[in-house]
Amino acid sequence: MKVRIRFKKSGPVKFIGHLDTMRFFQKLIRRAGIPVAYSEGFSPHQKMSFAQALGVGVESDGEYFDLELKDELCEGLSSEKIVAMLNSCTVDGIEISDCVKLPEKSKNAMASVYAADYLVGFRQGHAPAFDLGRMIADFNEKSSVKITKTTKKTSRELELKDLVYALEKRDDLIFMTLNASSANSVKPALIMEYLFEAGGCDFDPVSLSIKRLEIYNDEMMPLSASGTHF
Amino acid sequence: MRQLALSDEILLSVTHPERYIGNELNSVMKDPDRVKIRFAMCFPDIYEIGMSHLGIQILYSMFNSRDDVWCERVYSPWTDLEAVMREKDIPLFALESQDPVRSFDFLGITIQYEMCYSNILQVLDLSKIPIYSKDRTENDPIVIGGGPCTYNSEPIADFFDIIYLGEGETDYNSLFDLYIKIKNESKSRKEFLEEAAHIPGLYVPSFYEPVYNSDNTFKEMRLLNENAPSVITKDVCMDLDNAPYALKPVIPFIKITQDRVVLEVQRGCIRGCRFCQAGMIYRPVREKSLEVLKSHARAMIESTGHEEISLSSLSTSDYSRISELVRWLVDEYREKFINISLPSLRIDNFFLDMMERVSDSKKGSLTFAPEAGSQRMRDVINKGITTEDIMSGSGLAFRAGWTKVKLYFMLGLPGETDEDVKAIPDLANDIAMNYFDTVPKEERKGKRVDVNTSTSFFIPKPFTPFQWAPMNPKEEFLRKAHLVKETMEKELNHKSLRYQYHESDLSELEGVFARGDRRLSKVIYDAYMSGCRFDSWSECFRYDLWCMAFEKNGIAMDFYTLRERDLSEAFPWDFINVGVSKEFLKREYLNAKSGIKTPNCREKCSGCGAMSFGGGVCFDKREEAGS
Repeated sequence: MKVRIRFKKSGPVKFIGHLDTMRFFQKLIRRAGIPVAYSEGFSPHQKMSFAQALGVGVESDGEYFDLELKDELCEGLSSEKIVAMLNSCTVDGIEISDCVKLPEKSKNAMASVYAADYLVGFRQGHAPAFDLGRMIADFNEKSSVKITKTTKKTSRELELKDLVYALEKRDDLIFMTLNASSANSVKPALIMEYLFEAGGCDFDPVSLSIKRLEIYNDEMMPLSASGTHF
Repeated sequence: MRQLALSDEILLSVTHPERYIGNELNSVMKDPDRVKIRFAMCFPDIYEIGMSHLGIQILYSMFNSRDDVWCERVYSPWTDLEAVMREKDIPLFALESQDPVRSFDFLGITIQYEMCYSNILQVLDLSKIPIYSKDRTENDPIVIGGGPCTYNSEPIADFFDIIYLGEGETDYNSLFDLYIKIKNESKSRKEFLEEAAHIPGLYVPSFYEPVYNSDNTFKEMRLLNENAPSVITKDVCMDLDNAPYALKPVIPFIKITQDRVVLEVQRGCIRGCRFCQAGMIYRPVREKSLEVLKSHARAMIESTGHEEISLSSLSTSDYSRISELVRWLVDEYREKFINISLPSLRIDNFFLDMMERVSDSKKGSLTFAPEAGSQRMRDVINKGITTEDIMSGSGLAFRAGWTKVKLYFMLGLPGETDEDVKAIPDLANDIAMNYFDTVPKEERKGKRVDVNTSTSFFIPKPFTPFQWAPMNPKEEFLRKAHLVKETMEKELNHKSLRYQYHESDLSELEGVFARGDRRLSKVIYDAYMSGCRFDSWSECFRYDLWCMAFEKNGIAMDFYTLRERDLSEAFPWDFINVGVSKEFLKREYLNAKSGIKTPNCREKCSGCGAMSFGGGVCFDKREEAGS
């Protein structure tokens, strides 16, 4: 049986990187006594697949991973019970919020990711010195916003209007829905960098406090909607 | 939610912010208003190293089992964070509460190796606690040191209020009770130290003044306070089965050196290798029972979720029920996807069978630590392993499919000749030869044998038979390392052999501190002030700054390292009683010089003196015979 687990990450644990978060869950699953299936071969590992890495320093309300369980040991388990078992031995700041059973032959979490919601704020003393609301309004009015994204190896042109599905100001925060697919994902910091440049201000990624709210599939449904409670 | 001592901006700007946030599974949170003692337990190196240390985990869980004590952890901030803390004036904090260390009642520092001495000063300095104990006030924590280096703590004695000699499971409770009593009676720091000096195993350095002879050698310890005992006997935990253990160890988020359940099977060692300090200071041998080990293993696997378990002790294969224990671990955990990391046991058919079962077809390295290349030299150091043991063990393993061998040796052992040095590559060559002799060509499947040799430089340590011995000059160390290298290149099987050795500057300094005296504290202070810290990290080690600090204080390193001590010379650590007597060590030094081996404790008691603690193989035998 395959299940999809949804969890939150908030507070100091946001500094735990992706690989360490995975290791944390491997140990948590063992402590909780979840009947996870192991791969074959001479270094067996838990059959586990994360939807997407979360950056160091980023909080989240909606993270996902899939887990394959040993069918013969699943008797008596339910969505509710798995959530309770995991939460009984987790740490402050990592909370399991949901568990659904996935249909046979469903796409794994990583392949299902299409978009994600983010809420971006500014750390104390880092509020922008320009009219951010206007820059957002400008962005939304434009039909094309092209930027150049440079990484260590490559440099390519992106059409932001194809990748940003929502961008709005909510009080002092900025809400955005962005493409998060493996081929075309954009990060919230990239959008903020564009807005700062448009506003004529220097940009420092450390000034942002970012929270991911939800991850969606290509039907813009939360990843947990692919399964059912049991 | 906990408020961190460091802002998000700082944490995002330093390497591995996870080192500084606490919040790990099994870390203990308490209400500071409901405890009487706040204890900051420090390992003066980075988090990943410090968190791998078993002793702190044991004391952490023991201290926190008291409702009136909250023990938290502190590690050395890496140099990038240190710079930020200095710039922004942020004091060093404990991981759990994130409160400044200076506001604690105790700062306990474990001292595991000499090359962390400058880091001790960094921790004190960043905590804003005066570095010298004499400068501390009623508002500063009591700074207490423990661990193997405290058996000669003189080079750092000026920085500590109390040194705890021995195993912490025994008398920390008396110290805490005393502290609470003194606090209730509103007595002073000095009065507390005076009463603490009466607790067995506690050494208050400020109550003692070393006196030196005109030739700079140590003369005696002058007692400055009537409460200070003239001999301090180390604390030993005689009932390990009922001693506290870290059944719920703190589980770091980041991968640390010891990322596994560690099962301590025994303390002490029956072997008596003459270079080994641990083998002497942890006497007598005390074993845990099989039943206790099984229940510890189960409890820890459950509380941690670790995927690996390993055994810990000196010479683990001497644990009297090792076969039963290993068999049980394999039966219990093999099907539960828990790796069992076996210690280097005696290689026989049982061992190979167990290795086969724990690691399927994956075959790692075989490890041998002959320590010396020639049998003559192994007799000098009383290392019980013979060339025949190595050949028969490796032969069995080669036939069973192993192809990698690791060998550990020391260079610069007392009385070592060039012939002894050349015997090291010769032995490596013989092992490679043994592979080709035992495994026919058609069964090798194209595999070659790899024999990896590493050497370290021998450093004489206090409380060992070699405490009188001279250390080699560093030029001599390097000459010998090159001799090994050159000889190895000429060996018949040189293509199968590889060799590694360490630089010698660090060994020299370690040699100075190991047998150093209190005059060195000024050198350590000056070296720290000039920028020395993280000396065991090659990217941080500044030999030049250390040399300047020695020069500034008019102290020669050679005085501590190169001199053979006269048998009648007094040592700065003579006032400490570790059980093993100076007379025994002297006998052993003379035996070494004559190449006479001493049997291990199971074969025959050699009267080392540790029986006085009421335990050990010899004691148990006598009890059995009597009853």
